[in-house]
Amino acid sequence: MKQVVKRPASLTEKPFHFCPGCHHGIVHRLVAEALDFFNLREKTIGVASVGCSVFLYDYFAVDVIEAPHGRASAVATGTKRVLKDQIVFTYQGDGDLAAIGTAEIIHAANRGENITVIFVNNSIYGMTGGQMAPTTMLGQRSTTTPYGRDYHRDGYPIKMTEMLAALEGPSLVARVAVDKPANVKKARKIIRQAFQMQVEDKGFSFVEVLSACPTNWGMTPQEATKRVSDEMIPYFPLGVLKQKDVVDVL
Amino acid sequence: MSKKDKVFSVKIRRDYCKGCGLCVEFCKQGVLETSPNLNSMGYYYADPVKPENCIGCMVCTLVCPDLAVEVYSE
Amino acid sequence: MTALKKVFLKGNEAIALAAINAGCHYYFGYPITPQNEIPEYMAKHLPEVGGEFLQAESEIASINMMLGAAATGVRVMTSSSGPGISLMQEGFSYIAGNELPGVVVNMSRQGPGLGGINATQGDYFQAVKGGGHGDYHLIVLAPHTGQELYDLTIKAFELSEKYRCLTMLLGDAVLGQIKEPINPWKPEITAGDPDRDWLITGAKGRQPRLIKSLFLADGEMEKHNWRLQEKYRQMTANDVMVETRFIEDARLVLVAFGSMARIAKTAIDQAREEGMKVGLIRPITLYPFPAASFKNLSESVSRVLTCEMNTGQMVEDVRLSIDSNIPVDFYGRPGGSVPTPEEIFDRLQQAYAEVEQ
Repeated sequence: MKQVVKRPASLTEKPFHFCPGCHHGIVHRLVAEALDFFNLREKTIGVASVGCSVFLYDYFAVDVIEAPHGRASAVATGTKRVLKDQIVFTYQGDGDLAAIGTAEIIHAANRGENITVIFVNNSIYGMTGGQMAPTTMLGQRSTTTPYGRDYHRDGYPIKMTEMLAALEGPSLVARVAVDKPANVKKARKIIRQAFQMQVEDKGFSFVEVLSACPTNWGMTPQEATKRVSDEMIPYFPLGVLKQKDVVDVL
Repeated sequence: MSKKDKVFSVKIRRDYCKGCGLCVEFCKQGVLETSPNLNSMGYYYADPVKPENCIGCMVCTLVCPDLAVEVYSE
Repeated sequence: MTALKKVFLKGNEAIALAAINAGCHYYFGYPITPQNEIPEYMAKHLPEVGGEFLQAESEIASINMMLGAAATGVRVMTSSSGPGISLMQEGFSYIAGNELPGVVVNMSRQGPGLGGINATQGDYFQAVKGGGHGDYHLIVLAPHTGQELYDLTIKAFELSEKYRCLTMLLGDAVLGQIKEPINPWKPEITAGDPDRDWLITGAKGRQPRLIKSLFLADGEMEKHNWRLQEKYRQMTANDVMVETRFIEDARLVLVAFGSMARIAKTAIDQAREEGMKVGLIRPITLYPFPAASFKNLSESVSRVLTCEMNTGQMVEDVRLSIDSNIPVDFYGRPGGSVPTPEEIFDRLQQAYAEVEQ
């Protein structure tokens, strides 16, 4: 008997610490599969952010730098400017990228830094225990929106992918989801494409991944997955919002 | 040999499984069920109760967040 | 080292030239007065050596870009002034925890708040006591002339690599803006840490590496902190720098750093001409502080006068360093003013009168 799909070599053997049904594990796997596909493990530097994904270094068999909260794309910029032939990616949650790190991501994107950014949007702060994220849905209850997110007080869930797609700098800006097998397959394809952009020196690639946080949503993994399909995708539409095939050369 | 004729089997890495049940939910062939027994981490792990039903669609491996499902073919 | 042709440069430019000659090919920064000549010089001259200048979107981004570059083992620098340095404190703390090298320049400006752009020494506490969160220090160097700005910039890279910690050059508008003749030179470039087994380069043919400051396992955090403290102990034992003048027979010792020391030197020379036995201690490393120089004051010294361009910051370290009960006076003026040599001379005379009583 032959194993049909093996555990990616870019992952270590360490079991994930994520809660049952948390989609971070799926996203980790898809990123590792992309690294394997282009044989990048030995030339990749991962930049970990602050939040549930901070332990990136336990799971990816690549060199990792831990960035301060929100600063992953600035750290990645510094690394990539020195190691131009290596592959540098950041892996950031919604609090990290879309709240405290908004300035850093916008300017890294606008400069067209040749890095890949994986943005995991689960509409909540996971690590700190379920507080409102910038992407928390209207009406969604969190520990800091106990009566539901109200746009009068908290504004609207922020659409980072649309914002970044409006810039001239980025080369690939897309939103995917991992709520069901067909979407996982699409996500795999686009994440792979994002790394391909960097391999081909085509500049900044950004993939937002809609995902579930069953624990902090107070749902079963099945309910949480369904919520991604039924509530998040209609507000955060999936697709490739921007793609440059020819990159501007000065 | 076409994919149809292949024989597949499913294994669960029991100590990686957190019993989230997503593979059970998405497997349309009824291969997997949640076991009444606990693994070493205290989770009711997924159990391939009808491995002969597996058609190798790989849906279970796609949705498993913990890389606990392994599909084999002959 | 190789001596190079004499040049006439602003202090800020001297720092930039020294950094490039020290092999620093990466600079990340954000404009702020009074240090703009540093990024401007870097923007112009780094491309000539195949280096990279990047104007970041903020000082927060600058320091984190520096973190990302430093992790690869290259020499890298950023520079700013008070408000920008405040924004960088987060990064300083992480770089301390990550144990990465790097050089940061603070051409400080008056505060608090937006303050003003003239010379001041109000950032002493922020520089030497850590500044960000956690139990850490930067090495802080306080040059007082153009040549010293040049020399200490090179030293800053060496120290930061030796201890894998940030090294700060603390100056002000006077030092940054005055144009002086500089004798540039190129050092032999050797990496401070011969193993360099921490560099992030991509895990080709080796185990993956990790740069981090999060320590959650039982006992790990304390162990890491003791390791950092051991480095601070080592620098205190081996790398303190201090200039002393006329202290062998001095009855009154004046303590000053940076621009203030320059003003003080003029006042002291005048006092000596007038027969007053006055000496100078000028800390060059503000951290590690030259405490030993104060513990071993000669028996002739009966009074110490600390002068600063602030309302009394370094004087605390002076008082902590003196074991005996010699009185330590303070004279300083806050941001918004620069004392004249005459003013310092007057203070010296007053203090000396006390000594003679």
